[in-house]
Amino acid sequence: MQTLTQRLANPTRFMELSARLLPWFVAASAILLVYGLYLSFFDSPPDYQQGETVRIMYIHVPCAWLSMMIYGLIALSSFGLLVFRHPLADVSAKAAAPLGAAFTFLALVTGSLWGKPMWGTYWVWDARLTSVLLLFFLYLGLIALRSALEDEGAAAKLTAVLALVGVTLLPIIKFSVNWWNTLHQPSTDFGATVDPSMRLPLLVMALAFTLMFFAMHLKAMRNEILRRRAKALRTQIIMGRDRLAAQGAAE
Amino acid sequence: MDLGPHAGFIWISYAVVAVTVAGLIVWLLADGWKQRADLEALERRGVKRRSSNK
Repeated sequence: MQTLTQRLANPTRFMELSARLLPWFVAASAILLVYGLYLSFFDSPPDYQQGETVRIMYIHVPCAWLSMMIYGLIALSSFGLLVFRHPLADVSAKAAAPLGAAFTFLALVTGSLWGKPMWGTYWVWDARLTSVLLLFFLYLGLIALRSALEDEGAAAKLTAVLALVGVTLLPIIKFSVNWWNTLHQPSTDFGATVDPSMRLPLLVMALAFTLMFFAMHLKAMRNEILRRRAKALRTQIIMGRDRLAAQGAAE
Repeated sequence: MDLGPHAGFIWISYAVVAVTVAGLIVWLLADGWKQRADLEALERRGVKRRSSNK
């Protein structure tokens, strides 16, 4: 019996399945986003210390969560490419990289805008902020490395190796607030450190952003499959021309 | 809605997220249309994928 990943190894089957799933992801993320924004602005109290600025948390935390989750997905896809040679693994890794870079950028910007009124500064070179900045550069490195190489197969493998090496950054980001003395607050414990009145909007927004990412990722993967199909057709045309030219020369 | 003395930071944060997410959505849709148009143009020239000939 085929596993789900084996069934999805066929790009045509993936295109059919993703076409059916995509509207559901879009609708679910849109509904949750509207509900989450309502809770964030109208149904959650200001923080007793931070006041109204706590509302930045409802977008900052989901972006920060996605910045790490997307990198985890890229690393998993890279592993799938290098070890199992799964046909869609590289498509997944390539499609996720710009999205990961965008959400990491948003985590940095919203964190900075939250830091100024709370810490009195937009930026400090502490372990959490610096390691997330490195993650952003790593995303840019993955995108740049892939686009610098013309051979797509070689680009895929090299990018996958870099992605797997870079995965060591994830535990550093996660535990940086425990290992080093940082200005950034310690890891959020949803059960103990977040008041229930703020926990619900945060969870709804995190779920909305996660579903939104999966919708974007599915769409980006579909685009990449179409691009590869068009490229394969162009190669077929060139090879056909070369064959005709060779036949003409032989005759 | 009164967001206090730091309202500017809150609004800018949400605006940056909204603009970036909107930009990603527009880019993904535009890229999808372009890839589909490219593929259809090639198929109109009579080129078929090997897998579709089976």
